[in-house]
Amino acid sequence: MSAKGHCLCGEIQELTRDFNGSIIGVLHNIQEKYGYLPENILREVAKETGFSLIDVYSVATFYKAFKLEPKGKHVVCVCTGTACHVRGSDKAVEELSRMLGVDPGDTTSDGQYSLETVNCLGACALAPLVVVDDHYQAQVTPAKVRKMFQEYAANSSEANLPAGR
Amino acid sequence: MSFLQARLRSPEQFAAMQQKLRLRRESNERYVAICGDTGCAAWGSKNIRAVFQEKLDNLGVKEIAIRFTGCLGLCEYGPIVVVFPGEIFYQRVKEDDVEEILRETFLKGKVIQRLLYEDPLSDKKYVRASEIPFYRGQKRLLLGKHWKIDPVRIEDYLAIGGYSAAVEAFSGLDREQIIEEVKKSRLRGRGGAGFPAGLKWQECYETPADKKYIICNADEGDPGAFMDRSILEGNPHSILEGLLVGGYAVGAEEGLIYVRAEYPTAVEKLKLAISQAEELGLLGDNILDTGFHFKVSLSIGAGAFVCGETSALVASVEGRVGEPRQKPPHLAENGLWGKPTVINNAETLANVPLIFRLGSEGYGRIGTENSRGTKIFSLVGKVNNTGLVEVPLGMTLREIIFDIGGGIKEGKKFKAVQTGGPSGGCLPESLLDLPTDYEDLNASGSMMGSGGMIVMDEDTCMVDVARYFLRFLKDESCGKCFSCREGIGRMLELIDDICEGTGSPGHLEFLQEVARAVKDSTMCGLGQTSVNPVLSTIRYFEDEYRAHIEESRCPAGVCKDLIRFEIDKELCNGCGACLKSCPAEAIEGERKKPHGILDWKCTRCGICLETCAQGAVLKK
Repeated sequence: MSAKGHCLCGEIQELTRDFNGSIIGVLHNIQEKYGYLPENILREVAKETGFSLIDVYSVATFYKAFKLEPKGKHVVCVCTGTACHVRGSDKAVEELSRMLGVDPGDTTSDGQYSLETVNCLGACALAPLVVVDDHYQAQVTPAKVRKMFQEYAANSSEANLPAGR
Repeated sequence: MSFLQARLRSPEQFAAMQQKLRLRRESNERYVAICGDTGCAAWGSKNIRAVFQEKLDNLGVKEIAIRFTGCLGLCEYGPIVVVFPGEIFYQRVKEDDVEEILRETFLKGKVIQRLLYEDPLSDKKYVRASEIPFYRGQKRLLLGKHWKIDPVRIEDYLAIGGYSAAVEAFSGLDREQIIEEVKKSRLRGRGGAGFPAGLKWQECYETPADKKYIICNADEGDPGAFMDRSILEGNPHSILEGLLVGGYAVGAEEGLIYVRAEYPTAVEKLKLAISQAEELGLLGDNILDTGFHFKVSLSIGAGAFVCGETSALVASVEGRVGEPRQKPPHLAENGLWGKPTVINNAETLANVPLIFRLGSEGYGRIGTENSRGTKIFSLVGKVNNTGLVEVPLGMTLREIIFDIGGGIKEGKKFKAVQTGGPSGGCLPESLLDLPTDYEDLNASGSMMGSGGMIVMDEDTCMVDVARYFLRFLKDESCGKCFSCREGIGRMLELIDDICEGTGSPGHLEFLQEVARAVKDSTMCGLGQTSVNPVLSTIRYFEDEYRAHIEESRCPAGVCKDLIRFEIDKELCNGCGACLKSCPAEAIEGERKKPHGILDWKCTRCGICLETCAQGAVLKK
C-alpha cells in the first residue's frame, strides 16, 4: 500500500514484468511511466524484487539517466560534449540558465521548464546543439538561444521548429 | 517478400535465398539513399523522406526504392541525399527540392548543379560521392555499406553478402580455425586500449565452463565520438553477425549488447534487427540445423561513463552500481554472472565479417605493422568537413584533418587535435604528421581511444580544454578509488585557479605531481588515463598555461576572468543593437552616439560581439 492508501500491486507487477535479477531495467520502466522515480514506487519495487531500499537508491543515484525529482513540462537540453564545448556550448548553458533562472539540472518553480546538460548526443556536426522537447537547434550562439527560446515559449503548442542554420 | 517469411533450415537454403536477393538487387539499382542519422534528421531528413514517398506514390512509380540509411558521413552538409545508380551526391537538400530530383535526375538523368557539394577550398563542384575529397581519401569498408542498406530491412544486408561469414563459421569451420583467422588478421579492439581481439577470444575459448557469454560494448561514452552509434543505427545486422561469429568461436550461446540509454534510435533498430534475424532462423535454437544455438538480448545502460570499462560494464549488466573491480581474475575466467565472458567493442565486432570476406591476409594488408584494418574517427570541432571518416590505420593526422576534413573552419589557424576522449590527449601542430597507430598515439601522450578526433583552432584555450575534461571526469569518477575521486577534484581546483587568473607558478608543478599520483595509484584504466588531458596540454602547450599564470592572460580569449569587452568609439555608429541585446544591461549610450560597456555589470557572454554589425565590439 502506498502512502495514500491506494494499492499499487498491479502497477508494481507491470513495472517488474521483465525483472531478471537486474534492477536497472525496472528503474527504466518506472522512469518511462512516471518521468522520474517516485519514492513510494521505489519502496514497493524494493519489496517486490527483494532488494533493500538502500541498494535500489544507490543504483538510482549512481546512474545519470535516473531522476528522483519530476521533470518540467518542457525539457531544454544542452549538449556539452567536447565538440560542442570547443564551439561554445557553455555560453548557451549560461544564457539559458539566466533566462530560466535555474541552474542546469533544475526545474523552474512553475514546473514548466527543466534545464539539463548531456555529455554527448553524438550529433557533433550540429555543435553547439540545444534540444528543446526533441526539437534540435543546431549551431547555437547565446543570441540565437535567446531568440529561439522566446519564439518557442510564444508558440510552444505548435512545436514546429526548424533546425536553423 | 514471401521467401523472407520462412525460417531457413540449412546453410544451402540460406545461400539460395541470399543469391536470389543479390540477383534481384543487381537487376534494379534505382534508389535514393536519404541519410536518417541524428545529424541529418535534425536538419529535417525525415520530412524529406516523407515527401519522396508522397511524390512517388502520386506518380505511381514503384521501381524507385527509398532507403532511409545510417550516417553517410558528411554530417556538416546534411540532409544528404544520394541518387543511385550514379552515386549522385546532393547536399543540404530541402523538401522543395524533392520533386526536381525525381523529375530531373531520376526521370531525365540530369544532375542538379545547385545541390552538388562544392569544395570550400577550391570552389569545385563534384557529382559523384566518391570523387569528393572527403570521401576520396577514405577507405570505407564499414561505413561504405551505409549507402547500400536500409537498416530496417534485413534483405538489404543479406543482398550485399550479409551473414555469409556467420554461416560459413558455424557450418564449416572449427572454433580454433576462426580464432586463428582473427589472430592472423591482427584485429585490435576499437574501443580504447587496442587489445588483440583474437587473443581475447582464445582466452575465453580455452576456459572450460558450462556457460559463456559474449558482450558487445556499445556504451559509447566519450563525448565527441559517435561511430558506434552510427554502426548500431546504420547497420545493426553487422553487429549481430560479429556476435554470432564470436559467440560460436568462444563457445557462447548467449550474446548481449550493452547500449547507452542516450541512443534510443539505436535501441529501436537493434530490437528490430534481432527479431528479423530470429524470424529467419539466423538467431535462436539450432540455427540452420547446424546444432548451434545463439540468442542475443539488449542491456540498456543508464548513463555512466565508467561502464565502458569491462568489469564495470559487467556489474551494470548484473544490475549493480557500475564500479570496476580488480583484475585478475580476468573476464575470460570470471565475467558475467561468474562465467567466462568476452567483451568486444561494437566497431570491433563489425570488423569481424570483413575479415572473413577479405581473408585475414587481405585484411592484414590494410593499415600499419601493428595496427591493421581501418578505423572510424568522428572528425569534429573546428574543422570544415565535420563527420564520420573511416581510414586505414596509420594515416597521418594531417591527412585526416586537412585532406579529408578540408582544413580549419573560417581559415583560422590549427592549434591542436584531441584524440581518445577523456582518456586521451591534445596533440599540437608539430605532431600533425604522426600516424594514427595505437603505439604512436600512446607514445605521444594521447591514445586511440574509441576514435573521437576533436579539432581545435586558435580560439580554443588549451587550459580550458583540460578543465573541461577534468569537470567531465570528476562527474564521472565512480568514486571507488580515493586517488581518482579526490585527485581529479584537486586537479580541477588547481586548473580553476589558473583559469581565473589566481594561479601561482607552483600550481603547474603541483598539478603535475597530483596527476602522476592519480596515474600511479588508480585501479582502472579510466582512472589511470584521466590525467592525459592535463599532462598532454602541459607537455605541448606550457606557454599557454604560463600566460595565464604569469601574465593573467588567456591567449585564446576564452577564460572569462581574463578577458573583457570594449567598444571601439571610432567604429561604433550608435545603432543600439548591442544595448538592446545585452542580457545584463551592461551597455549604455545614446542613440547615434558611441556606446560603452560597464565592465562591472558585464557577464562576458559575448552577445554584443555577435550582434554588432560594425565590428566595433572588441574582446581583449
